[in-house]
Amino acid sequence: MGESLHTVTTLPTTRRTGCPFDPPAELIDARRHGPISRFTHVGGKPGWLITGYDLVRSVLADPRFSSRKELLNVGDFEVPPPPPGEFLLMDEPQHGRYRKPLVGRFTVRRMRLLTERIEQITADCLDAMEKAGPPVDLVSAFAKPIPTMVICELLGVPYEDRGSFQEQIDTFMGGEVSDEELMAAYTATQEYLAKLVAAKRANPTDDVLSELTDSDLTDEELRGISLILLAAGFDTTANMLSLGTFALLQNPAQLAALRADPALTDGAVEELLRYLSVAKTFMRTALEDVEVGGRTIEAGTTVVLSYNTANRDPERFTDPHVLDIRRQSAGHLAFSHGIHQCLGQQLARVEMRVAFRALVDRFPTLRLAVPAEEVDLRPETADIYGVKSLPVTWDKEE
Amino acid sequence: MRTTRLRVDRERCIGAGMCALTAPEVFDQDPDDGLVLLLHAEPPTAHRAAARMAVGVCPSGAITLDEPEPTDS
Ligand code: SF4
Repeated sequence: MGESLHTVTTLPTTRRTGCPFDPPAELIDARRHGPISRFTHVGGKPGWLITGYDLVRSVLADPRFSSRKELLNVGDFEVPPPPPGEFLLMDEPQHGRYRKPLVGRFTVRRMRLLTERIEQITADCLDAMEKAGPPVDLVSAFAKPIPTMVICELLGVPYEDRGSFQEQIDTFMGGEVSDEELMAAYTATQEYLAKLVAAKRANPTDDVLSELTDSDLTDEELRGISLILLAAGFDTTANMLSLGTFALLQNPAQLAALRADPALTDGAVEELLRYLSVAKTFMRTALEDVEVGGRTIEAGTTVVLSYNTANRDPERFTDPHVLDIRRQSAGHLAFSHGIHQCLGQQLARVEMRVAFRALVDRFPTLRLAVPAEEVDLRPETADIYGVKSLPVTWDKEE
Repeated sequence: MRTTRLRVDRERCIGAGMCALTAPEVFDQDPDDGLVLLLHAEPPTAHRAAARMAVGVCPSGAITLDEPEPTDS
C-alpha cells in the first residue's frame, strides 16, 4: 500500500487544556489518519498503535494476540511473568483457571442483589457529605468510599483495614510516585493480602475470598486474585464516579435531563463509560505474523490499543466527542472485549447507577466549587484516568 | 417458515453477562458457574432486536444467530 503511514513516537501524555474528557489531541489525530499507526514504545522497540474501534475490537477477540506480561516487547529488558493469580496478564488456560471460579460470583443477577446494600452505603456517604459541606471534595466523600466499601465487603476485607488499604492502592495506581514508592506500596499490599488469605483459611466468613479458599487455589494465587479484584474493583469505579460527575457538571443540559428522568440512568452510565474510557490503553503481543488493517504485525511485536480513542471513533459513534446520555452506546470498549472483558463490570454498573442516581437526586444544585480549569486531574501516567479531587458545592436548604 | 435461531457455546463463554444484561428475556447466567443459559433458542419477535444486540456485544463470540434470509419472494 502506497499511502503514507502515520507515526506516533510516544504515547501522548497531556490532554488539551480545557478538554479534560477528551483523549490527548495526538491520539485523536492519529485516528484521523487511519485506525492503525506506527508507534515506538517507551523502551525504544517498534510497535503499533491501534486507535480505530473495529481494529481494537478485532485484536481483542483474536487469540493470536497474547496478554502475557512476559511477552511484552517494548524495550531491551526482560519483563517478568505476572505473579500467580494476576490473571489479567495471562492467556488461556492459566487465565481461565483463575477467572472461572470467580465468574459465578459476579453475574448480572448476583450483582443486582447487592443493589440495596449499595444504596445504603451510598446514602450513608451522602449523609456524611451533606453534614460536612458545602463545599466538599467529592472524590474523598463519595467517589472513593462507595466502591471501596463495596469491594471490601464483597471480598471480605475487614472494615478497619480499609483506610490504609485504599491509600496503598492509590499510591500504586496514581501514576505519580517513584518506582521505589510504587514497589513499597505494592509489597505492603501483598503482605496485607497474604495475612488476609491466611485469616480466611483459618476462619472463613461469608465473602468471596473465603469461598475461594475452598478451591484448589494456593495462598499465593489467592493473593494475586485478590489484588486484581481490589485494584480493578476500586480504582476504576472511583474514577468513573468522580470524573463522571465532573463531566455531568460540565454538561448541564445532560445533567438536567438525567435528573428529570430516572429512566435515563442506565443509558447515562453506558455513555459515561464510553465517553470517559478511564482504562485508556492495553497492550497485546502478536504470537505470529498477523495482518491487521492491511498491515502485517510481525510475531513478537507489541501493539498498544487505545480504548479511549476507539470509543471516540466517528465511524462507530456519531459525534463521538459529544456526551449524549440518550445515545445508543452499547458495544463500547470501556470494559474491554474478548476473554479479558471486565469480570466486575456488572458490579461497576450497579454501583454507578445507584451512586449517580442518588447524587443527582440528593443535590439538585450541585456544582463545581472551583473553576473547571483548576480541577486537579490525574496525569496520563496513571493507568486509570480520573481526577485527584473534585471540590463541589450546593445550596443549603434552610 | 424458518425462524431466528440462537445457539450458545458454553465452552467459549467467559461469563461477562453482557447477554443477560442486554436481552434478559432471552439469556440468563448459570447461578453456579456464571456461564450463559439460553432461555429462548427461538426468541419471539419482541425480543429479537435485543437478542441480535446481545450477539454483537458478547465479548467472546459465544452466541451465534441463524437468521432466515430477509425475503425470498
Ligand atoms: S455475553 Fe457472551 S461471554 Fe458473556 S455471558 Fe453471555 S455468552 Fe457468555
